[in-house]
Amino acid sequence: MTPSPTNRLTSGGRIDRTQPLSFRFNGKPLQGYSGDTIASALLANGIGTVNRSFKYHRPRGVMSAGVEETNALLTVSGGNGDIPVVRTTVRALVDGQLIKSPSGFPNVNFDLGRVLDFTHRFWAAGFYNKLFKWPSWRWYEGTVRRMAGLGKLPDGEDGNKYFHHNVHCDVLIVGAGPAGLAAALGCANSGARVLLVEQDHELGGSLLADGAQINAIDSDTWLSRTTSTLEDAANVTVMTSSTVSGYYDHNVLTITDRSTTGVVRFWKVRAKEVLLATGAFEQPLVFENNDRPGVMLANAAMTYVLRYAVKPAHVMVVATNNDTAYRVAFALHDNGVRVPAIVDSRENIAEEVSKEAGERGIPIMAGSVVLDTVGTKALTRVSVGRLSNDGRSTVDPTSVIACQGLAMSGGFNPNCSLYSQAGGSLRYDAQLACFVPDEEKACRQRVTVAGAANGKFSLADALTEGARAGSTVTGEAGFACSPAEVATSALGSYHLKAMRITPTGDTSRQWVDFAHDVTVADIELAVRENFVSVEHLKRYTTVGMAVDQGKTSNLNALTLLAELTDRSVEEVGTTTFRPPFMPVPMGAIAGPQHGDFYAPARLLPAHDWHVDHGAVFENYGPWKRPEYYATNGRDRETAIREEVLALRRSAGLFDGSPLGKIEITGPDAGEFLNRIYVNNALTLKPGRVRYGIMLSENGIVIDDGVFARLADDCYLVSTTTANADHITAWLEQWHQCEWPDLNLVISTVTSQWAVATLAGPNARTLLQEIESDIDFSVQALPHMTLTTGTFLGMHARVQRVSFSGEMSFEISVPALDGRQVMETLMNSGGDRITLIGIEALTILRTEKGYLHVGGDTDGMTNALDIGFGGIVARKKTDFVGKRSLLRGGDQRKDRRQFVGVEPLNDNEELESGAHFITSQREGRRSQGVVTSACFSPTLNRVIGLGLLEGGFARKGETVTVFDDGRTFDVRITDPTFYDPGGEKMNA
Amino acid sequence: MLRIDCPWCGTRDEVEFSFGGESHLTRPTLDASDAVWSDYLFNKDNPKGIHFERWMHRFGCGRWFNVARDTLTHEIHAVYEMGAAKPDLAVKDPDS
Repeated sequence: MTPSPTNRLTSGGRIDRTQPLSFRFNGKPLQGYSGDTIASALLANGIGTVNRSFKYHRPRGVMSAGVEETNALLTVSGGNGDIPVVRTTVRALVDGQLIKSPSGFPNVNFDLGRVLDFTHRFWAAGFYNKLFKWPSWRWYEGTVRRMAGLGKLPDGEDGNKYFHHNVHCDVLIVGAGPAGLAAALGCANSGARVLLVEQDHELGGSLLADGAQINAIDSDTWLSRTTSTLEDAANVTVMTSSTVSGYYDHNVLTITDRSTTGVVRFWKVRAKEVLLATGAFEQPLVFENNDRPGVMLANAAMTYVLRYAVKPAHVMVVATNNDTAYRVAFALHDNGVRVPAIVDSRENIAEEVSKEAGERGIPIMAGSVVLDTVGTKALTRVSVGRLSNDGRSTVDPTSVIACQGLAMSGGFNPNCSLYSQAGGSLRYDAQLACFVPDEEKACRQRVTVAGAANGKFSLADALTEGARAGSTVTGEAGFACSPAEVATSALGSYHLKAMRITPTGDTSRQWVDFAHDVTVADIELAVRENFVSVEHLKRYTTVGMAVDQGKTSNLNALTLLAELTDRSVEEVGTTTFRPPFMPVPMGAIAGPQHGDFYAPARLLPAHDWHVDHGAVFENYGPWKRPEYYATNGRDRETAIREEVLALRRSAGLFDGSPLGKIEITGPDAGEFLNRIYVNNALTLKPGRVRYGIMLSENGIVIDDGVFARLADDCYLVSTTTANADHITAWLEQWHQCEWPDLNLVISTVTSQWAVATLAGPNARTLLQEIESDIDFSVQALPHMTLTTGTFLGMHARVQRVSFSGEMSFEISVPALDGRQVMETLMNSGGDRITLIGIEALTILRTEKGYLHVGGDTDGMTNALDIGFGGIVARKKTDFVGKRSLLRGGDQRKDRRQFVGVEPLNDNEELESGAHFITSQREGRRSQGVVTSACFSPTLNRVIGLGLLEGGFARKGETVTVFDDGRTFDVRITDPTFYDPGGEKMNA
Repeated sequence: MLRIDCPWCGTRDEVEFSFGGESHLTRPTLDASDAVWSDYLFNKDNPKGIHFERWMHRFGCGRWFNVARDTLTHEIHAVYEMGAAKPDLAVKDPDS
């Protein structure tokens, strides 16, 4: 049997007393009800201290009843692990939930970390930049990080499911408080598609804890009638438990929707018109020890009493600078909380509120402010002082009031985050002492602000403005609509005194930002050190940079900064609001696109066949390609070596299907390619193949590959696998934007063809055994030619090109026939054919000295650096990048040039990424890098390729290589290690 | 998240398009000076206000076209075909 909650009222509130829920807080079994938030359930059980503060490890209690919470950010069980930093003031209580305080060692009630509070003078703003200089920050980092954390991330897979949705609407209303509801009521049945989004699980906003009369009925009844009207309206979609967190260009807003347990939906909304009815945040008062458990925002105290039927404390003092807190005091009083005093910094109190206080016997201490509070884990008393005539100090005597709680109101600040994100300007309203939307300055988006978000803090004003704005924006969206009828008799006076900061006391104990433990003294220090720009102040003190993003601290910090620098708040200005308004889980942004759904995998036409033959796959761009074949249980190294040797000795079969294939067709195809390639494309005869490179306009090598002329007006361009899509788009851009007069069509045919490459000394013999009308003889089909014909009854293109340096035939057949070609060749060849994976091919091409663009070249390698100087010089006409090669810098002889390398000691391990370095005498600087390296099974020694300053002229030279601390000598060689004369390839 | 009116496909979301930078650039010939060539390569306009730029409807028709976009407000003032002249837009200076 769990103990019954001690602070719960026996009646009232929006909780369901028939549905009790059990939960544990730091292991202790407790009870709440359906309808509770975690925070309200904790308060109902009389839990004062829920957490420790970020920096000083001070005990902290629930401070708010909304998203602005700075203290009750706890670890909550759920999904597949404990979720840290949960705003328990807005998270619904669930049966069986385990709630933990993330900080406090050994526990939240007795925390050794509190030593930081007792020594707080050492830890002022920027302390880590000053105190931890010796011996070095690294020495302290571990300890500081351990103590500063907000909890631990769960280890396991995320148990939540995430989805993405898109929606269009005519009117998006953000916030279903009085203004939002009044607006939506007017739009109902206007025909406009209306989306009403509320972050709470219930509609109503402040009406959920109000008790006023609207249209002569009590607000609870009005609220339930309005809710059903909106739910019944076919054109209105109501979303609850959904937070609009980002406002982007052309009226796109994002919503994090948690309305389904275990599911987070991320919505993108495109709205014709947006109405922001996002309300306002009550601001705290600043006095000594204003952060103790039991001190909370006044409207939060009202919410706990009226909405959750919880007494935040049995005796509560109310401190204020405006009229709204009187309604809080009355609600507390009427529900059995003793209110020993209302401490009001104003000298003259309006009769409409003072009279009602008198009727309830609540004493008002006018012209007074709270000076200090006492009590470690719960408040025991507060001291109050009378302001002097000039308001800059207090006069004796000080009164002490015994209490267990303090409800404070420093007035409201509109929630303008989304308006600011939309590009709207804010202005400081000196009378309301807060920032409101600046109507003088037009916002670039279709957005309107209404209600408390627009500085209309009374219920009557919010309802009226909401109704009017709803009809206006619906009209703007093109639908006829008249404002809803809403009227209230609720007390609407505000009479704010622009004073939130008690002028006396120890400023190092007066909190401005509860979440990041920033005090008035920190702001004073920043100003003393000349951090007087609001942006500097923010970064130096970290005020407003915690998880709550300064919802309750920015305004007080700006006010202080203005006072301390003798400027107006207007002059000081405010920092920029950026998305998100509320944290969005990374999972929601990723949506279902993770794991196998992260990116679609492209499979070879013969994928399954490769699987059957022991292929071990690796990702190459989007493609799954055989890295090597683990036939007969061979390990990786053995397999790769045997594949290389088998191809050189007899024949290897390689699946080259992913190779990029682009057809350029039209009378100007040759002219077009001639302007693209460094090489001459016009002199190429039909049936012939040429190796070419493409440059960026800056002269840098961006791709290489062969191109074949299929007919006078048709070319086939091969690109590297990874670049296929990019090169197609790039060619399109040149054609459409620069040379639209050229008559041609560019089409990608990469996935139309499967390519089986058979290479090796026995390749021709093996092909001649297959049924085909193609003449494979060297006379009919020499190296660098192409022919078409029938192969195994299929339409085939056969291209004599080689990446391995052996005699090689690239057989392209329609993609669906890819498996059959591989299978027939293998069956026919038997022991004479070996399957070759990518790794073996990489070694084969390194032996041959063929470069890999992007591997052996980088963003600085131009055509001349890889030995294309002769071809460039011979071609007289312009091509992309040619002008850049004429620049002096591009022609320097000491540029990094493509070379071969071999270690002087055969057994030396050479790794790509190692640097060629200059001698000790020349100052040990890098003069290039090794770009490829391997042990060559063919040559039985280590070889490599690289880019070396002035490399062309340095063949035979010995150069020192630096690799991860090791240095050793290598010889610079020609890149071609294997068959330099090309006899084997041309056979 | 812009809404772009593709001249061939109609109004679509920004995610369907690729951005191609400043438009109306004249590619210098081979005899251009180094200064002219590097200006073409590296110096792009970055106005506060109307920017004439090219976009491609990548997940659509694949066609390139020109867009006149206000870099301050993201308002799109005109969409016109590749090769067409810059439209005459009487838009007031955002600072005035």
